[in-house]
Amino acid sequence: MQRYSALALIKQSLNGHKGWKPQWRDPEPKSSYDVIIIGGGGHGLGAAYYLAKKHGIRNVAVLEKGWIGGGNTGRNTTIIRSNYLFDESAALYDHALQMWEGLSQDLNYNVMFSQRGVLMVAHNVHDEQSFKRHVYANRLNGVDNEWLTPEQAKAFCPPLNIAPGMRHAVTGAALQRRAGTARHDAVAWGYARGADALGVDIIQNCEVTGIERDATGRVTGVQTTRGRIGARKIGVSAAGSTSLVMEMAGLRMPLESYPLQALVSEPVKPIFPCVVMSNTIHAYISQSDKGELVIGAGTDSYVSYSQRGALHIPMHTLEAICELFPIFRRMRMMRNWGGIVDVTPDRSPILGKTPVPGLYVNCGWGTGGFKATPGSADLLAYTIAKDEPHPINAPFNLERFGAGRLIDEAAAAAVAH
Amino acid sequence: MTQPYRLSAGGRIDRARTLTFSFDGKRYTGHPGDTLASALLANGVHLVGRSFKYHRPRGILTAGGEEPNALVGVGRDDAHFTPNLRATQVELYDGLTSESQNRAPSLERDYGAINDVFWRFFPAGFYYKTFMWPRKAWTKFFEPRIREMAGLGRSPQTPDAARYAQRFAHCDVLVVGAGPAGLAAALAAAKTGARVILCDEQSEAGGSLLAEPDAQIDGLPAAEWLKTALAQLAAYPQVKLLTRTTAFGYFPHNMIGLAQALTDHEGERSDAQPRGRLWQVRAKRVVIAAGAIERPLVFPDNDRPGIMLAEAARIYLERYGVLPGRRALIFTAHDGAYRTALALHRAGCAIAGIVDLRPNAGGPWVAAAQKAGLAIYPASTIATTDGRLRITGATIKPIAGGSGQRVSCDTLLMSGGFTPSVHLFSQSRGKLVFDATLDAFLPGAPAEACSVAGSAAGVPSLAEVLASGAEAGAAAAGGSAVSYQVTNAPVAQGGFIGAVPYHGDPGSVRAFLDYQNDVTAKDIALAMREGMKSVEHVKRFTTNGMATDQGKLSNMNALGIMSPVLGKPVPAIGTTTFRMPYTPVPFGYFAGYARGELFEPERRTAIHSWAEAQGAVFEDVSLWKRARYFPRGSEDMHKAVARECRAVRNGVGIFDASTLGKIEVVGPDAAEFLNRMYINAWTKLQPGKLRYGILLREDGFVIDDGVIGRITDTRFHVTTTTGGAARVLTMMEDYLQTEFPELNVWLTSTTEQYAVIAVQGPMARKVVAPLITGADISAEALPHMSMVECKIAGVPARLFRVSFTGELGFEINVPADYGRAVWEALMASGKPYDITPYGTETMHVLRAEKGYIIVGQETDGTVTPDDVGYAGMIGKAKPDFVGKRALARKAFAEQTNRKQLVGLLTDDPTLVLDEGAHIVADPAQPKPMTMLGHITSSYWSETLGRSVALALLRDGRARTGEQLYVPLATGNARVSVVAPVFYDPEGTRLNG
Repeated sequence: MQRYSALALIKQSLNGHKGWKPQWRDPEPKSSYDVIIIGGGGHGLGAAYYLAKKHGIRNVAVLEKGWIGGGNTGRNTTIIRSNYLFDESAALYDHALQMWEGLSQDLNYNVMFSQRGVLMVAHNVHDEQSFKRHVYANRLNGVDNEWLTPEQAKAFCPPLNIAPGMRHAVTGAALQRRAGTARHDAVAWGYARGADALGVDIIQNCEVTGIERDATGRVTGVQTTRGRIGARKIGVSAAGSTSLVMEMAGLRMPLESYPLQALVSEPVKPIFPCVVMSNTIHAYISQSDKGELVIGAGTDSYVSYSQRGALHIPMHTLEAICELFPIFRRMRMMRNWGGIVDVTPDRSPILGKTPVPGLYVNCGWGTGGFKATPGSADLLAYTIAKDEPHPINAPFNLERFGAGRLIDEAAAAAVAH
Repeated sequence: MTQPYRLSAGGRIDRARTLTFSFDGKRYTGHPGDTLASALLANGVHLVGRSFKYHRPRGILTAGGEEPNALVGVGRDDAHFTPNLRATQVELYDGLTSESQNRAPSLERDYGAINDVFWRFFPAGFYYKTFMWPRKAWTKFFEPRIREMAGLGRSPQTPDAARYAQRFAHCDVLVVGAGPAGLAAALAAAKTGARVILCDEQSEAGGSLLAEPDAQIDGLPAAEWLKTALAQLAAYPQVKLLTRTTAFGYFPHNMIGLAQALTDHEGERSDAQPRGRLWQVRAKRVVIAAGAIERPLVFPDNDRPGIMLAEAARIYLERYGVLPGRRALIFTAHDGAYRTALALHRAGCAIAGIVDLRPNAGGPWVAAAQKAGLAIYPASTIATTDGRLRITGATIKPIAGGSGQRVSCDTLLMSGGFTPSVHLFSQSRGKLVFDATLDAFLPGAPAEACSVAGSAAGVPSLAEVLASGAEAGAAAAGGSAVSYQVTNAPVAQGGFIGAVPYHGDPGSVRAFLDYQNDVTAKDIALAMREGMKSVEHVKRFTTNGMATDQGKLSNMNALGIMSPVLGKPVPAIGTTTFRMPYTPVPFGYFAGYARGELFEPERRTAIHSWAEAQGAVFEDVSLWKRARYFPRGSEDMHKAVARECRAVRNGVGIFDASTLGKIEVVGPDAAEFLNRMYINAWTKLQPGKLRYGILLREDGFVIDDGVIGRITDTRFHVTTTTGGAARVLTMMEDYLQTEFPELNVWLTSTTEQYAVIAVQGPMARKVVAPLITGADISAEALPHMSMVECKIAGVPARLFRVSFTGELGFEINVPADYGRAVWEALMASGKPYDITPYGTETMHVLRAEKGYIIVGQETDGTVTPDDVGYAGMIGKAKPDFVGKRALARKAFAEQTNRKQLVGLLTDDPTLVLDEGAHIVADPAQPKPMTMLGHITSSYWSETLGRSVALALLRDGRARTGEQLYVPLATGNARVSVVAPVFYDPEGTRLNG
């Protein structure tokens, strides 16, 4: 792999940048692989990378129906945090957060992980109870999270409106300082480059149309728009399309796919130092390194595979943003878009084995999959390589829905009485 | 203050009036009808901005919404300030104050321009390859510096002073764009009697006809025809023409978003007037006549101030009476630029030459230029330009090779042809088809009920534009098209996409595609060299098309560069996705009226005004305002709640419970319906009796609770939690309509129809009884958990004997309009007993002393009825209810280690635990600690003279008597596990 560094950049600059090599090859698919990963997002590319790097499994292909990083990896609002309530979730997301902290160096690709802090603002007694429960649980789990008064919150994020007369006044906030944002495209590209260098074939414009199984039910390969490809093991990491892919193996997944919208403003000079989220009034906001305000909220109301949503969703989001940050009311929306998120009944992911031998699944990340990318990729690779889940992802199995062992983070953030 | 580049006649400006404005503190003049851009050009100002990355000096490039360079901040003060406005779209008004952006200290001398010196070190995506060491340096050092450099204008720091409006509209035909095609479409549709909305982003309708001095339509000069067309439209009462209105988004089912600017053009003189209005228009048919956008040519140093698009220059000349310079060089692959040259030539501007990429361009415009004696350089290109803050010259070279020839000029006008505006069509998910002769994507099969007319559909001549508009309008409304006679409007043809031929090393020069983001042809080449073969990857790696113009000028040229390198035709590469908004729309438009009091309007009970007058402190509970406590004198919450608690336990208190959700469940199958919804059994509940109901989700977890009264055999009065009212009704409707359609049941929300007053305490009956007529409410006649319909203070009431405090209590449901009157009657009746109003905080304390749960506080969506000790309420004989099957699942059946509701008492009776704190067996263990549970409720109990807490604890019921720890910020508190009832466990007081 061609090393990236300031020195390499200077050398290439003097040479008209003619010496830069492709970050990944564009190979024709081989007739078979040890492992096929379906879905070339951050999770899938990362899994291929860790299979090759940590488990020595290099005869691997990542199949992507479009362009890598073109799904939710390239559509999310890039928030990374690990201040989840339940032990299982805290362990999962903090595993990812710890990996984020060294990811640029590991990949030799600057994914611009910026630990600028995530502030979750509380607006009522119920929010305070819920957030404090998170703070206490996180601290005992060794995950940083602290409670701020409205004044402390404003000091951390000066544009925040803490006027007591607001419709939903800010009564406090939970702050995770290690949390932040990253450059989403770079995550996909960095993993692709790293995996490619270890021998992984990244095959774009290759849509899986069928999953083949032998008489014992074990997977043997996939049919694709570029022909049949054999595989001993298959990992599915296809986000909003997971239910469609798993159906090819005869599995009906407990997933619903919804559009999730986001938007950016025109770029402005630095004005917003961190990430702010409000569950009560449904909005979150940060400022990108280019200067755009990056804004999102909840999913659309209806299930859909269409990567766009209804107008009233961003309208309500911007009502909330303008209420919390009235200085932004004159800022202008530059672009709005949608992605498709796959949501489980308990809003926690499914990451593990399936009833089909040789088939593994990583899905159900809902609105929060980006933050988990390195951790999820690492654990999917582990599960595929060892044919058993890592202790961290063991609770996130598919059987929990039948057994009733839910990890319900959404419910834990419950609604006001 | 003269305007040296303003012509003495011509254009649509009002020279009789002079407007004064300022740019970067310097004062200039212009006229009504000017944009800020045309006025600056009239004053000879081309340098108006600095680019994003290299801080290159930049001038006005276009005359419309696609402008990438001339971005300015406008506003008389910070509360009226908007950054990043296109000067080409800012209408001039007297006193307009504007500033340039992304420069320090000044446009002329900008420190950021150091980046331009070292441009070789900052290719596309350079930041992915460096700034990685040391690890923390990215967040702490490099990123802050990059952020400072990025961004364009400055955000306002003061809350916006403006107001915004919103409106819904329906119409038969919505026509987007009031140029010749849109006008013809609107006229044809209006003739049929159809309701038509015609919108246009500009200050006046007309589109290209506003700069059309030559053509004649139906024997009239274009400008005259425009007048008559507008007069005809104005005569139709069912036609609405909206100017300054941008169709910014195309949403499913023919819903179009329009952004109408109302007061910006006059400088927002009054904040009482709405600044803008967002329209949501549902149209039977949409005709998109959005025109086309001229493309720049991509050649080295094509970005100096003074370099403009040819058609833009002609618009400045014909519409605004402004010359872009004194000596113009033309560089083109399209006939339209010849027309610009001829017009400028006529207006007295020297033409330094017309450089045409095409070897043998012909047609009427070329012939006219030849006839006028203009110097034409066919099959030639421009190799470079010179000039720092304004172009001073350019070097012309034959494409075939040979020596270059430098010509001097003060403006360079270019044209790569036109890109049809397919944005809205593509947003609607209509398919685009590539036309190789036009080098353009054109609308193909539509996905919505819409059609595209005029230049937006790639139609070349004015005659065909009018015809296609008339046809589309007639088809949309079911009428017949009229035809137009057009003379003196020769067709202009040609076009080019990609980077123009260059003989030297393309890596050593910069030919800009995306002006604002400083993306050059070699950046596109670099991206492909690095393996980015998808147009989306190229966009994201180079940021081409990601600036505020969203690729309107750059996307086609990028495809033109990619196509030969990848060896793929343009349509095989495809486009990036078109997304709303077409041009940026202020957040305020979307938020509209929803601000302050109208942002999630408060819900108030009938008794709210009384509580407010008493000085109650309120809390937000979902959208409701609820009285939290009623302080007397200087009492704080603690003292007020202590007093209120004493009053209820020893005398009588009165509480506003109106916010509880209420659903009237009526019908022959009402009891069966409730059987299937709630865990409890309802069949045997007698009319006149109450029962506490628990509602689960399908997964077996508690989602809501409430007391349900049976009024008659077929009528139930269901109460829900305050926050759950809408959710429970929706859930019931969902099941009724999809799972149990055979049940004969009606559901009606009655939350706001009843005011609910709780009178609680040993003296409660003494307060209530004197006001009751038509019922006996003695302990014998109306025992705990029964109800009666009667009158109270002359008002019909449903009187519930029920308690959420553990004391003798009544909940009185009366029509909401009488709520306050009944409340006051009870206050008067209770005066001898010192009746005390209490709020939600006291309610919480009293119920916690009794161990009554609150859904959402003791439960969190992971709690089963058994977890909170309510398994006994499950109707065992029922064949089914929502969640029953889930309760039989393995994890519940095993029943090991589940969190159960317990009481906790602290060793230190004065210590009130933090709600949300967690419980551990060993506070000294290393992290991550094993957490056994958490505190759900914690209060100072005035009744018991100590603190009490409720908690969910693993195997909690088996741990009674154990001592555990709660790590707090202030240290570890030791607690004992007790039963979750602290007061009157036998319930004797309830039955008093």
